[in-house]
Amino acid sequence: MAARQKVLVLYLATSALDTPVVGWAQYDGLGGSKPMTGDEDVPPYKTGVDALRDGWRLIQASPLVSHVSGEEFRTDYLKYEFFFEQWHSIEPKL
Amino acid sequence: MGHELGLTTLQMAEFVARGVLAFEGVVPEALNARFLEQLRAPAGDAEKTLSQAYSRLIHNPSIPKISPGTSLPDCFQSGECLHDILNLPVVKGMIRSLVGDAPIFDHHFLHLTLGAGTEMQRTSKAVSQHNHQDSTIDPRQAFDIQLFYFPQAVTRAMGGTRYIPGSHLRRVSEAAIARYQNIVGQEHVVCPAGSLYVFHMGLWHGAGRNQSTQDRYLYKIRLGPNAPQVRLWNDSDLVTQPDSPRPIFWTDPNHKDPVANQLMALEPWFEADTGRLELINRLKLWRYITGDPKADVDYWLTRVENEWGLP
Repeated sequence: MAARQKVLVLYLATSALDTPVVGWAQYDGLGGSKPMTGDEDVPPYKTGVDALRDGWRLIQASPLVSHVSGEEFRTDYLKYEFFFEQWHSIEPKL
Repeated sequence: MGHELGLTTLQMAEFVARGVLAFEGVVPEALNARFLEQLRAPAGDAEKTLSQAYSRLIHNPSIPKISPGTSLPDCFQSGECLHDILNLPVVKGMIRSLVGDAPIFDHHFLHLTLGAGTEMQRTSKAVSQHNHQDSTIDPRQAFDIQLFYFPQAVTRAMGGTRYIPGSHLRRVSEAAIARYQNIVGQEHVVCPAGSLYVFHMGLWHGAGRNQSTQDRYLYKIRLGPNAPQVRLWNDSDLVTQPDSPRPIFWTDPNHKDPVANQLMALEPWFEADTGRLELINRLKLWRYITGDPKADVDYWLTRVENEWGLP
């Protein structure tokens, strides 16, 4: 049985998984959907823990990084990024 | 310095905080119609691909070829649509308030997003544009503006420009943020014909997917300052150091200060800790445009600058 991966990326309000989602992205290796930028205004989950409870497996979390001296107030990329995955079996093509 | 048709202090605070101001329906309909008519003439919309459409549009004299660095007053001739639009009193006052009387032309461009179901669209696979910050990493305190002119009414289905309010002070590298498909609080331009949006150069944005049957046109022009952007608006009501700053945390509900409220309004996507850094960065920009190196709201900068005991 072949399998395909779905990926969910959540950006949270803090480093804690039980805090609100502020941004998200989805990629569908099954090809059943084609998420794209700006296609949803409501997050798929309220928190990271809600994604865990729905069967998503956490595979990566952004580390906490020390602030560079002189650049303490600089802001740039979304800070608390969490990657989740699901694997789905598919019927092999005959 | 006062300008009758310039921005108000509250509008400037909104621009500092959110990085965007909207001016809906300010361009008269006759001017919108003339602009669109000139773009479509003489061949109309008969091309089969987007590249064919641009092959025609790039030669259209209504959007002239202009060298970067040209002073804006020298860019367009009287009687040209773009001259007339940029010289509308409300538009001229807005530009003057943000980048001065004679800003520097950077570039302009006509964005065309094809409508669904047309022959052109079927050959070019409609997708939305990734979120991005224009140009490249730009660490300046001074800022450029980008005017977005929508000559036709834009519905939600037409995929008007998406933007992330409050993202303009984040220093990122152009499309490095493409992974961020959706952000809480993102907005999509839906507006009447003749609307203008002005963006701080750093505002994250992208074109939406056009799911309507109409082609969508957007004219964009980027302008930079040629002098310090200090108190260029109608600043007669500006107070940067009030005699009695409003209490913080244990607040006073009777203390009304709309400008402070605007500067301190958090966006729903800000991280809990980084949101406070955004306030500090807004206040640094506020100091720049007010020309007051001690300006502050809610003690954010004053607190971290209190180096008591140092010479």
